Amino acid sequence: MLDVLYFAWVRERIGEPRERVETGAATVADLVDELRAREDRYALAFSDLSALRVAVDQELAEWDSPLQGVREVAFFPPMTGG
Amino acid sequence: MRVRVQSEPFDLGVELAGFGAEGDVGAQVTFTGIVRATGGLTRMEIEHYPGMTVKAIEKIAAEAMSRWALDDCLVIHRYGPLVPGDRIMMVATASRHRAAAFEAAEFLMDYLKSRAPFWKKEYGPDGAEWVAAKDEDEDALSRW
Repeated sequence: MLDVLYFAWVRERIGEPRERVETGAATVADLVDELRAREDRYALAFSDLSALRVAVDQELAEWDSPLQGVREVAFFPPMTGG
Repeated sequence: MRVRVQSEPFDLGVELAGFGAEGDVGAQVTFTGIVRATGGLTRMEIEHYPGMTVKAIEKIAAEAMSRWALDDCLVIHRYGPLVPGDRIMMVATASRHRAAAFEAAEFLMDYLKSRAPFWKKEYGPDGAEWVAAKDEDEDALSRW
């Protein structure tokens, strides 16, 4: 089980800030494929990965980052702090 | 080194009292970001990633401390609803000499813009819009 979090417009498109996901995905990219296949709102949110960033266990990560032993994955647009 | 993420306003005088008081500090640089009313902006909402934000900023601040001869550094960043004129965030650096203090403050600002998990949503005459990250903000990191 994995906690999957969404922020900013990703959260708005998917319609919830977080959910528990039952998955055997080996990498972030595999998880994205599983989510995309679920419903249109996921497919829409993940339609352009170049417009998205990912954090694994609260550290910035890559699409090919492994998910073994991971508890939390977050998807969000490029950050706009400062 | 001090990092704070909060929804409440902050007072520059209070925050800087005693800042960099230890060590042989000869220079103190502060930067404050303020909400502008550009394009008729009436308010702004800043979202953040509670579990990650402080850790991400602490990592950036620790890097600044190790790259420059800083005696201290401070970062405060707000989230939640803000209106034009509100202070969004501040950084302060203290060092023996000004060059290190200025450079480290710029480094902190560049990294906070695109590596700290905040997202701004602006509300104006045309409705609400998420602020898009700019290529130049990403490019700014390459100089460090």
